[in-house]
Amino acid sequence: MTRITAWRRHPLARYAVLILALALVGMVYTAFVQAGRPADAALASGKLDDVAAGKSLFEVHCASCHGMNAQGTSTGPTLIGVGAAAVDFQMSTGRMPASNPGAQVPRKPMAGWVTPDKIRQIGAFVQSLGGGPQVPGKEQVDPALGDAGKGGELFRANCIQCHNWAGAGGALTQGKYAPNLNQATPTQIYEAMATGPQAMPVFNDTTITPEEKRSMIAYITQVREQKDPGGFGLGRIGPVTEGLVGWVVGITALVLASIWITAKKRQKS
Amino acid sequence: MTDIEHEIEQPDERAPKRVIGTPAPGTSMLGDGEPAARDAEVAGVTYQDETKARKAEKIVALCFTITFLAAIAFIISYVVFQVGSPEKTATSTLALGGSLTLALLGLAVGIVVWVRQIMPKYSLIQERHPMVSDEDTREVVAETFLQGAKESGFVKRPLLRRTLLLAAAPLGLIPLVLLRDLDNSKMPGAKFNETLRHTVWGEKTKEGKPLRLVVEGTGQPIRAADFNSPGGILSVVPEGYEHDLNALAKATLILIKFRADEIKSGTNLNWTHDGIVAYSKICTHVGCPAALYEQTTHHILCPCHQSTFDAADGAKVIFGPAARPLPQLPITVDDQGYLIAKGDFAVPPGPSYWERGDAEAEARSKGGHA
Repeated sequence: MTRITAWRRHPLARYAVLILALALVGMVYTAFVQAGRPADAALASGKLDDVAAGKSLFEVHCASCHGMNAQGTSTGPTLIGVGAAAVDFQMSTGRMPASNPGAQVPRKPMAGWVTPDKIRQIGAFVQSLGGGPQVPGKEQVDPALGDAGKGGELFRANCIQCHNWAGAGGALTQGKYAPNLNQATPTQIYEAMATGPQAMPVFNDTTITPEEKRSMIAYITQVREQKDPGGFGLGRIGPVTEGLVGWVVGITALVLASIWITAKKRQKS
Repeated sequence: MTDIEHEIEQPDERAPKRVIGTPAPGTSMLGDGEPAARDAEVAGVTYQDETKARKAEKIVALCFTITFLAAIAFIISYVVFQVGSPEKTATSTLALGGSLTLALLGLAVGIVVWVRQIMPKYSLIQERHPMVSDEDTREVVAETFLQGAKESGFVKRPLLRRTLLLAAAPLGLIPLVLLRDLDNSKMPGAKFNETLRHTVWGEKTKEGKPLRLVVEGTGQPIRAADFNSPGGILSVVPEGYEHDLNALAKATLILIKFRADEIKSGTNLNWTHDGIVAYSKICTHVGCPAALYEQTTHHILCPCHQSTFDAADGAKVIFGPAARPLPQLPITVDDQGYLIAKGDFAVPPGPSYWERGDAEAEARSKGGHA
């Protein structure tokens, strides 16, 4: 008895109890979740189709903002009719699942649980809700098959106002911005045009045809590989940085040179 | 180069040989060549330490040699690196610029080191003298001026004075006339004003049909049924004027597709078609292309000065220096379903100008919509 009492009064006892209790709760929860989610188990064995698997993934990872039926809530827009292309774009760029609300959801590394298969399954589920743009095929986004000259004309008419002529991106209103296009894969560029993620407008296939989109992808990827004359791109955001660097470096050099020329030699006494 | 070498060379240099760039021997400019002055310490003059000066001499010589080599490199690279393709031109420019920079820099650094490390240093005090002329001079000037004024009769003969002022007046007006006539189209004033007020959207095609809206970059006409994704935007130009830059400077449009419930009262619904609205792409502030469209907020942002327009509400200004909304173009569809212009803008697009007046009020008074 006294031994047990001594243990109970040990200064570490309360932490031990707490850890035990947390572990127990965790185990019970896991057991319940496993029981309540046959989809994941079935998914692992490959028994259910993509739509059902996507639905269960959606309910776990997306429904808190987009609603159980993807109808949208105050924190997230409806996903009915956005299509698998939107899912693929948002998840493969790491924008979704979003980490915190703000003016704009930034590109980031994909969450640990996200795999191409899971993206495909959630995409299939969202596609089943109300159609929308599909994920483009490999050939549809192959820059080698596009006409960069034609694409450049369309890019200059419709994209550079926000994304800059070299795809360097730029600022929009109230904290939003057009992102840099250099990290985007051809598939992601296509999906962004087709679905209009976040503040970006939509360029649907009937007004800008898939061939024209492919040409624009060819232009974007070619510009990316262009060398910067002089060796430094300085972010490729145009005369502002170039002027600033030229001015600061040039004036500093002139000031240092004139200090050197006119400096009085120290007198040795 | 060691000291011993210097001493061996010394006797040779004393021979009366003329060195390029120096006066002939015997002239007094450089004295007799002996460093006699060094012995007499002059106040305020510090002579450089000879060992240090020798070191500096080598540095200067190195700089000048660099200049020599770089200048030769410039000539060689001018011949070797031919231009033609952008890559070749870049190489040539780099080689020429680099060698010339090195040559001039070597010369400049050499001279500065020469002056700083080898030549004697002077501490001189230069007294300022008063700027004012002395009493007598001022008196003479005043007298001369008054005498001249009197003799000219400027005060006595008012006719001369007045006609001179008259002659000067139009000279001041000349710049105004030139500014007013910057337009070189030789149009009469009224026609000029008309041209500024109207765009080619009011024109008809050769068949007498209204102009179709075509995609900038491809020239494809747009079927309203195809431009059907809410949140879509397109840069649009008038059919037949795809490459007429003068026309496009005023007539370029942005075409935006809305959901029906998104359009607010500022937009003229009669001028839209099935949620498709056309606005001038030319900012009403100073005429930059304003087309940074956010489909979530319906903001159109002008990148030059951050003027922001609410596209859902008739493109009214919600931020920035623009004073007026982007003009809306009346559009509809033709019998084949392609988007066409119903007519010209009701108000002149683009930035303000003198003769513009309050075009919005004028349009409203005619029962229209600005």
